[in-house]
Amino acid sequence: MLRRDFLQVSAGLSIALATPQALAQTGTPAAKAARKAAQPAAAGGAARWDRILVLVELKGANDGLNTVIPFADPLYAKLRGPIAIPRERVVQLDQRVGLHPALKDLVEPWKARDLAIVQGIGYPYPNRSHFRSIEIWDTASAASQTLTEGWIAQAFEGVSRPAGRRFDAVVIDTNALPATGAGMLPIVMQDAESFIRQARAMGEGNRPPPANPALAHVLKVRAEIHQASLELAERMRGAPDPAHAYGTDGFSRQLALATRILMAKVPVVAIKVALGGFDTHARQMEPHERLLGMVGEGLAQFRRNLRAAGLWNDVLVMTYSEFGRRVQPNASGGTDHGTAAPHFVMGGQVKGGLHGAYPPLSDLQDGDLRHTVDFRDVFATVARRWWALDHTFGRRNPVMVDFLA
Amino acid sequence: MGSPAGTFVRRSLLRGAAFAGAAALMPAVRPARAAAMGAQEARHLLSRTGFGPTPAEIAAWQGLDYGAAVERLLATWRAEPQTPPPDWVDITPPQFRQEVKRHKEMLAEVRAGSDAPEARPNGKKPARLERRELANANPVREQARELENWWVEEMLETDQPFVERMVLFWHNHFTSSLQKVHYAPAMYRQNLLFRRHALGNFATLLREVAKDPAMLTYLDGRQNRAGRPNENFARELLELFTLGEGHYSEADIKAAARAFTGWGLDPETGAFRLHRRQHDNGEKTFFGRTGNFGGDEILSLILEKPRVAELIVEKLWREFVSFQPDAGEVKRLAAVFRAARYEMKPLLRALFLGPAFRDPANRGALIKSPVELIVGTVRLLGLPVPEKTRLVRALRAIGQVPFAPPNVKGWAGGEAWITTNTLLMRQQILRRIIEATNVAPMGGPMQMAPPRPGRRAPMAEGGETMMEPPETTPVEGRSLRGAGSSARLGPALAGLDTQALQQALLPVPPQLPLESNLSAGEAVARLLLDPGYQLK
Repeated sequence: MLRRDFLQVSAGLSIALATPQALAQTGTPAAKAARKAAQPAAAGGAARWDRILVLVELKGANDGLNTVIPFADPLYAKLRGPIAIPRERVVQLDQRVGLHPALKDLVEPWKARDLAIVQGIGYPYPNRSHFRSIEIWDTASAASQTLTEGWIAQAFEGVSRPAGRRFDAVVIDTNALPATGAGMLPIVMQDAESFIRQARAMGEGNRPPPANPALAHVLKVRAEIHQASLELAERMRGAPDPAHAYGTDGFSRQLALATRILMAKVPVVAIKVALGGFDTHARQMEPHERLLGMVGEGLAQFRRNLRAAGLWNDVLVMTYSEFGRRVQPNASGGTDHGTAAPHFVMGGQVKGGLHGAYPPLSDLQDGDLRHTVDFRDVFATVARRWWALDHTFGRRNPVMVDFLA
Repeated sequence: MGSPAGTFVRRSLLRGAAFAGAAALMPAVRPARAAAMGAQEARHLLSRTGFGPTPAEIAAWQGLDYGAAVERLLATWRAEPQTPPPDWVDITPPQFRQEVKRHKEMLAEVRAGSDAPEARPNGKKPARLERRELANANPVREQARELENWWVEEMLETDQPFVERMVLFWHNHFTSSLQKVHYAPAMYRQNLLFRRHALGNFATLLREVAKDPAMLTYLDGRQNRAGRPNENFARELLELFTLGEGHYSEADIKAAARAFTGWGLDPETGAFRLHRRQHDNGEKTFFGRTGNFGGDEILSLILEKPRVAELIVEKLWREFVSFQPDAGEVKRLAAVFRAARYEMKPLLRALFLGPAFRDPANRGALIKSPVELIVGTVRLLGLPVPEKTRLVRALRAIGQVPFAPPNVKGWAGGEAWITTNTLLMRQQILRRIIEATNVAPMGGPMQMAPPRPGRRAPMAEGGETMMEPPETTPVEGRSLRGAGSSARLGPALAGLDTQALQQALLPVPPQLPLESNLSAGEAVARLLLDPGYQLK
C-alpha cells in the first residue's frame, strides 16, 4: 500500500532532513506567541489560506448522547436504559455533562481550553438516510435542497488563490465531497496512490500516450489532476517525523499522515480524515467504546504532535457525522438513526468549553433530540472566523458559534 | 495480470478458460459455430449498444454468430416503456397552469405568514408553515424530478437496453429541454415518440418531431406566424437536425420559417394544431425551388439532400464507433441509409457489421456518457435503488440530466465528458458506490432507520421512502474494497475471479497494476476506479 510508502519514506528521511533551524522556528514558545500576535482575530480582508481545517468524519452516525453525556439529567439513565453509561464512569466536564470514559484522553485538551464541544448540532427536517444526510452536511444544503458542490469549495469559490498553489485539500478518506467543486482541487489519497503506483509501474519514463484517443484523453486529464499528487509525494519526502508515535489503527494512521502533511508545510486549506463503524444498530456498547477510544487517543496525540511542531495555532480540527442516534435504544442493544449530536472542535485558537445548548431530553420530537445549533452556522463560523470568508451557506441570519476568537 | 510484455493478447485470453466463471452462470447458450463471437467481441457489442454489460450477459451472447447477435439487437422492439409513468402525464395545459398558480399563491401565503422560518428552528409555528410548503412543493420541480426518475428507472430495469440507448440518441439529436418546455407531459410524450421510432424510419420521425408539442415549444415553432416568422426551429432543423452548417443559405432558413408558420398547439389539449389563418400562403423559394410550400414540403425537399444521411451516419458513428468518422465509410453507410429510404435498421446493421465497429483498435475508444457510467454501474453491481433521485443528482454533478440537455446542440459528448472537474466527480461517485455496495443497497434499508416498533410504519421523508428493516446489521465503513468475499455484489458478479472481472469491466487492459489474487470486492473496487472504466 502506498499510504504506508508515504509514511515510510517520510519516516526514513525525516530525521536526516529535519534541520535544527526548522525546529527552532516553529517550536519555541516565543515563536508561538509571536505567531499568535501576528494573527488578529477574524480579520476581514484577505482570505486566510494559511489556516488549515482538519475535518474528521465519523462515518455511520455517531451516538452523540453516549459521547457527550448529560449525566446529571435523570432522564438520561431512564431513557437510555441498558446502554446508559453509569454516572460514576462518566468523565465529568461540569455539573451537567461529561465525556464517555473512552474519551479520557480529551481531558488534557479540555483542561488546556483547546477543546470546544458544540452541542446539539443538526438541521430542520432531519433526513435519516446515511447517504442523503451526509450529502446535506457535505454540501451545506437545507434538507429540501440539492447542491452538488462541497461546502469548502463553496466558501472559497471566486476567492483569488495565492500563486503557486497546485491543490487545495488532501482527502485521506474516500469521501472528498466537502472539498469538491468548481475551482477546488482536492487530492484524494486513494486515487493519488494508485496514480503514483501507475507512474511507477510505467517506470516513470515518458511513455507515449496510447493510440486510443479516448484513453489518451482520460489519462491526460487524470495526469492534470494528479500532477499535484506527485508534488505532494515530493514534499512528503522531506517531511519530519511526528514527535509522538501514533497507534496502529487505521484512524491513527490517517492522523499520522495528516501530521506529516502539516509538518511538511504542504499548502492546503483542508485535510480530511475519517473513522467508520459508527452505525451501531445492535449491541453497541463495546464497539462504540472502542471507536471513541480511537477518536480520543488519536486526536489527543494529534494535538501533542502539532504542539510539538509549533503548528497547533494553524490548525482547526472539527468532527462531523450524518446525524446522531435515537435517544432510546432498540431491542438489540443498539440505537437507530436519530437527529442532533454534539461535535468536537479543537485547535490552538479555539475557545474551549461548551457551546450551544444541550437539547433537552424532556422535549423530544418523535423520540429524537431537537437541534439547537444549525450545522451551517458552524460552517459559517469556520468560514468567517477561520478563513476570513464571508459565506453563510444560504443562512439569512447566521448565528456565529463562539468557538473561535 | 497475464499481459506479457505489456501487450494485451485479447484473443488468446478469450479462447482460454478466462470466462469459465461467467459462462458457468449461463451454460445453455453456447452453440459452437465457426463465426462465434469471443467474449471480448460480445462485450464490445453489448457495451456499445447497452449499459455496461454484466458478465452473465456477455456469457449469454458470446458464442452466438456475430451476425445473429446484431439481428437480435435489431429485432422487433417494444415501443412502450415498462415503467409506469408518473400520474400527472395526462393533465392538460390549463390544469397544469392552474396547479402552478395554486402553488404560487400557497407560497405567497406562507411567506406572508412567517418572515423567516429558519430564524427559529424550534419555533412550532414556522415549522408547521414550512411543512405545508414542503408538502405543496413546486409542481414544475416535482414533475421534473418524477420524469427524470421515471426514465432512469426504465434504463435500469429495461430488457432492451439498445432501445433505451437509441431513445437517448434521439433525445440528444432532436433536443428539447424541460427547462424551457416547462410542461412535463409534453416531454413525456416526446419520449414516447422517440420510443415508437427508436429503430424505425428517420424521415417519419423527423416529420413527427416537427409537429411534436415539446419541440414546438422548445424551438418556438408555436410563435411562428405569418408576417411574424420565428426562425428558431427552421434554423436548427437545417443546421442541427438534418444538413449541418454550410449546406443551406440564410434565405433558405427564412423561406423554411415561413413554410412552418401556423404550426402550433391546441391551447386546451396541448396537441399539435395547424392554425390556418396564421400560415403564410405566399410563395417561397427554398433550395432554388419556388412554390407555396408548407412545412411538410420543406421536409421533403430537405430529405432529398444526400447530406442528411451523412449527417445522421456521422452522429451515429460518434455514438457507437469512434470519435472520428471515416469519410469513406460515412459515404458507404449513407448510401445504404438512402437506399433503405431512411429505415434505421439497415443502416444500423451495416454500421455494426462494418469493419470499423468490429476493429479491435476501436474497443474502448469512446468515453462513457454519465448515463452509461451510472446506469451501467448500478446494473453491473445489481444495486437495488428504490430512490432514483440520488442517481439523477449524480448525473447532474457530472453533466447529463435526462430531459435537460444544456442547449439545442445537445450534450457535446466525446472528450467533453471528461474534464478535471467531472473526472474528480466521476471518481467521487464511483467511490461512493463502492462504499455503498457492501453497506447496503443504495437508497435501501440503510437509508432509513428501521421502523420504530409500535409506530406508524412507512413514512416519506425528504422524498425518500422508508424500506423494510435490513436483514442483517450492515457495517458502515466497510467498503466493497475491504469486504473480501462477503461483498454484496450483484448476482452478475458473484463467484468470478479477478481476470474474468477485469475482462467484463474494462474494454482496455487495466491502467493500474492489478494483482491476480484479489478478493472479488477488492478487484471490482479497483476496476471501477481504473481509468479504463471510463471507456466503452
